[in-house]
Amino acid sequence: MVTLDDYGTFETAWCPGCGNASILQALKQAFVGLELKPQQILLVSGIGQAAKTPHYLRANVFNGLHGRALPVATGAKLANPDLTVIAESGDGCNYGEGGNHFLAAIRRNINLTLLVHNNQIYGLTKGQASPTTPEGLITKAQPQGVPSAPFNPLAVAVALQAGFVARGFSGMADHLTRLIQEAISHQGFSLVDILQPCVSFNKVNTYAWYKKRCYELPDDYDPTKWESAMKKAMEWGERIPVGVIYQNRRPTFEDHFPLLKGGPLFGRNVDQEKIRQMMEGFT
Amino acid sequence: MSRESLNIVIGGEAGQGLVTIGQILAKGLVRSGFSIVVTQSYQSRIRGGHNTYSIRAGCEDLSASQESIDLLVALDAQSVATHQQELSAEALVVVDSNWNLTAPSFFAVPFKELVADRYANIFALGVAGSLLGLSESLLERVLEEFFGHKDPAMNEANRQALKKAYQWTIEQSIFFPKLEPLSNPPARLMINGNEAIALGALSAGIKFLSFYPMTPATSIALFLATQAEKLGLIVEQAEDEISAVNMAIGSSFAGAPSMVSTSGGGFALMVEGVSLAGMTETPLVVVVAQRPGPATGLPTRTEQGDLDFILHSGHGEFPRAVFTPGTVEECFHLTRQAFDLAESAQTPIFLLTDQYLADSYRAVMPFDLTTPAYKAPNGENTGLTKPYRRYALTENGLSPRLFPGRTEDLVVADSDEHTEDGHLTEDLSVRKKMVEKRLAKGKLLFSRVIPPEFSGERRPDILLVGWGSSKGSVEEAAEKLRSGGKKVGTLHFSQVWPMVSEQFLPLLDEAKEVIMVEGNATGQLARLIRRETGFHITKKVLRYDGLPITPEYILRGVRTESGA
Repeated sequence: MVTLDDYGTFETAWCPGCGNASILQALKQAFVGLELKPQQILLVSGIGQAAKTPHYLRANVFNGLHGRALPVATGAKLANPDLTVIAESGDGCNYGEGGNHFLAAIRRNINLTLLVHNNQIYGLTKGQASPTTPEGLITKAQPQGVPSAPFNPLAVAVALQAGFVARGFSGMADHLTRLIQEAISHQGFSLVDILQPCVSFNKVNTYAWYKKRCYELPDDYDPTKWESAMKKAMEWGERIPVGVIYQNRRPTFEDHFPLLKGGPLFGRNVDQEKIRQMMEGFT
Repeated sequence: MSRESLNIVIGGEAGQGLVTIGQILAKGLVRSGFSIVVTQSYQSRIRGGHNTYSIRAGCEDLSASQESIDLLVALDAQSVATHQQELSAEALVVVDSNWNLTAPSFFAVPFKELVADRYANIFALGVAGSLLGLSESLLERVLEEFFGHKDPAMNEANRQALKKAYQWTIEQSIFFPKLEPLSNPPARLMINGNEAIALGALSAGIKFLSFYPMTPATSIALFLATQAEKLGLIVEQAEDEISAVNMAIGSSFAGAPSMVSTSGGGFALMVEGVSLAGMTETPLVVVVAQRPGPATGLPTRTEQGDLDFILHSGHGEFPRAVFTPGTVEECFHLTRQAFDLAESAQTPIFLLTDQYLADSYRAVMPFDLTTPAYKAPNGENTGLTKPYRRYALTENGLSPRLFPGRTEDLVVADSDEHTEDGHLTEDLSVRKKMVEKRLAKGKLLFSRVIPPEFSGERRPDILLVGWGSSKGSVEEAAEKLRSGGKKVGTLHFSQVWPMVSEQFLPLLDEAKEVIMVEGNATGQLARLIRRETGFHITKKVLRYDGLPITPEYILRGVRTESGA
């Protein structure tokens, strides 16, 4: 029996009222609900306030470089497919610095879960625009207003037919827990884009702002329908849908490597005889 | 009349199949027992241009290429003009009689009359084989193996073209001394630097390679990809080099011996990963096959211009080792050592080669696979104190490494400065201890440095110093100088970092004259030696025109530098 205590409680470096705290709580709840033990989990993160999350619970952790959570997570998952691998970072890390890796991970459909804490701003470096900051928002780095259009991660993911595409909101804790559980259980690449307020640096997209707009997708919404999912992914403004936007059953990346059926790559013997036979091909 | 060695050059446009006939001819020579050194010179294009495939072949062991040409097989007229100046006194040039070129050294073949266009290159192969005195049946076997059994009609046409070429050439009774046939030649491998690295990695137990295609490193990954399923490793072409290196770090962290392979420009993108491996203490083998820079440079040519770059790559301070193999054999053995050292010291280890060695086929004795390169850890916890601390402070800086998910112990690694248990910290006293811990691992690297290889007489008049792929050329140049009456020594670095001055400084001190031989424009190893030992090498033979360092090039340079 796994309990919240197994995941511990740690002092964080986050501002009081930061959405990260509720995301952390939902994550722990999700693990407990799935009966996952800390040693079965590998959390990989990049750099940013969100990327500190793995330090605040008990699990295996690789806290790597800015933008690179997905490549490290991919390598680790391939080396040990038995691990439940979660890549966790912010909007700047995943959609900015790591944009190419985001596209490649979707295409690979590797069986891991990407949790993006999306507060539409850079928190750690104190308030510059992120790829998801609305056009025109005035920041210290963009004093004339953000000149670029925001990145829509869900539309991109649905367009590429990602395995599992969902949006959560840090202010809807139980709903978020369920989404994370579904994402982990999904076989293939799962994206959960998690809206969260940044209480220090984003005075527009506040808790109240999200609370007013976020609504749960109705029970009769069918996430397996690509066209309607694409439409849903584009919905933003006065009404913001949360829930599983799109899901399919594409073969996973791992399915293409029969050798991974044998489990982790460590501790396997090196067959020098096979190598010798192969070497003979050079004569 | 026969000969001990010769240099064969096949020249033509890309797309004419000159690499195919070069490969077949080279294999025919190796099967016949001859030693070979192949130099591939090609342009960065799929069709056209001027490319050459050179094979220096001999009865005795050869270790360097040769500039002067004894047999030129010209697949286009351009090749004749381009290489006119390089022909030796007794050289023979195989030309197409349709070009209407005449010279005493030309051997005109009426290709159009004798063979269909499509098989002209196989005919040229037969002409060369016959001139060299290679057994026709042997060459026929190699030809068939090369093309496999895909198309029996084509195989038959190839065989007929080869047969006709042999018959026709013999009928011409042209004077061209053949290679002295060898009796009972040992079975040797025909293998190039990149393939030897791949083979070394396999025998060391590589389980993961990630890469992004880049000449001249690509063939390492291509070869491993063909063996992946059979030998149980994952080969992944990443979206970019940044991803490639981070993936390899992720897989290594999770317990799979991992490697990346690239060239200078791709490595530039990997640099953040080098630093990450240093900080997280993740074993990583990095192969960089150099080509001339800066930027895109000359994509298909050779240079030794990235030594400084490799030495200083990655921000912050952490230990590393840099191997610089000089031969195909060293490519194999040093790759195995790199895996061992990466795991032992939990840090990035480099293997620095170049296009010349990467593509250079040699005849080598099969590698000894009976002794394992090293025992890869299996991540078991053998009596460590609980809770497990990934970065536990120890005397020698080495902390026992466990794999995530392997045991109940949690493995926490961080790119931030971290505590012993792997969590980020800003405690500056911990920071200081962690820096010292990481650098302490340098002692292990230091204790295992391969001494530079000295050959020749002690206290020489001239000491030629080199590193990496120039090894054979430096040794042959020294031999030639010795036969001219000079007392000459050579010093080859197959590992350039860490540098242990006691291993070689006395050799430099006692030489009358020290000349550095490097494939770059500024003498990067000379500078490193001066920095580390204070010994200032002022005379240098440097090459940076994109071509390999040959014995002739060194001799010309030595004449300029010392008048020898």
